[in-house]
Amino acid sequence: MGAPDASVTALQARFGRAVLRSEVSCGDSIVYVAHEKAHDILAWLKTDPDQRFDYLTDLTAVEYRDRERPVEVVYNLWSLSRRVALRVKIELVREDPLAVATVTDLWQGANWMEREVWDMFGIKFAGHPDLRRILMWENYSEGFPLRKDFPLRGRFSRAEQTRRALSDELEKHYSMEELSVDEAAPYLPREMQERLGRGSGGGRTA
Amino acid sequence: MTKTGVIAGSQSWLTTRLDAVVNWSRANSLWPMPFGTACCAIEFMATAAARFDVARFGMERMAFSPRQSDVLICAGRLPFKLAPVIRKIWDQMLQPKWCISMGACASSGGIFDNYAMVQGIDTIVPVDVYVPGCPPRPEGLLHGILMLQKKIKGESVFDPTLRVEKLAGENGLFLEPAVVDELSEPFGNSVAQTRSA
Repeated sequence: MGAPDASVTALQARFGRAVLRSEVSCGDSIVYVAHEKAHDILAWLKTDPDQRFDYLTDLTAVEYRDRERPVEVVYNLWSLSRRVALRVKIELVREDPLAVATVTDLWQGANWMEREVWDMFGIKFAGHPDLRRILMWENYSEGFPLRKDFPLRGRFSRAEQTRRALSDELEKHYSMEELSVDEAAPYLPREMQERLGRGSGGGRTA
Repeated sequence: MTKTGVIAGSQSWLTTRLDAVVNWSRANSLWPMPFGTACCAIEFMATAAARFDVARFGMERMAFSPRQSDVLICAGRLPFKLAPVIRKIWDQMLQPKWCISMGACASSGGIFDNYAMVQGIDTIVPVDVYVPGCPPRPEGLLHGILMLQKKIKGESVFDPTLRVEKLAGENGLFLEPAVVDELSEPFGNSVAQTRSA
């Protein structure tokens, strides 16, 4: 255990008991927070002028092999201006429904990462604008592949997997909206919108 | 005037067997439809590039339109998500058409014996030539292409069964379900891993 991180100390001062515990692993500060307060804490970490964790590097989940350990949702934060990192973890008890609040309102980049965690672990993100599967196809019905109770080769026989794969409509695997440049146009930088609007690249701007 | 060659004749006329001349032209102008999904596709690109130069065998034109291609080369692993894609591409290709399964993953699933991966593309489309390797070197793919040319030269234009799509049933499967299961059985090290958790 190294010296406690400044952000962790500030978090404990600000949120008290909602900050469950903290540790330093391989030089990285890890803080475990109560899942009811997690969104408030992450919002504060992003907006507080002393913290400014403006970049969500990664959002993922962990399920450990021993059933007693809770499922973790992991947020890897990075402050671009302060050049410091912080890892925030939420522990979810298996008996409860696996659900946390979305952070897409804080970091837009969380959108697909939360979809991936939903797809692979079955953890719901309340308030997510578009919580669909992202790696597996939309009507994939064998479960959540990265859960420990998921058999390596899937639940169905190979013939059934092949039959289902072949009998599906292609559009169910790839939605056309997902490939649309138009939809993303409002989020593009102004310079890029203008360039696309002039016709170099074929896209239209909103 | 020889009787053994493909073409016999003089400057002004020639005789040949129809099979011989059709197969000769088919075998030497195979337009590949590259379906590259993994590292095999890198070796495929090397095969197509200057050093190995697949154009020497009449394959200089990569047909990225399935309707203008003759041979589907699946270079790389095929996840179930791509299974309907390769099947649609295969269905869009015009007869006569052939398929080369390049590499261990396309031929058997390779090391990816898991929930997401098709255990050999021969459960999705009929395969003419399997090229082993992980990935095969360009020489390996060229050998497979030469084998396919040899196979084409043995075909008959008048054999209608060669050009029939044989589906195992209404369910869209190319093989019987039991055969798919048998082909997908674990082998090698993965036998020790069970299907259930």
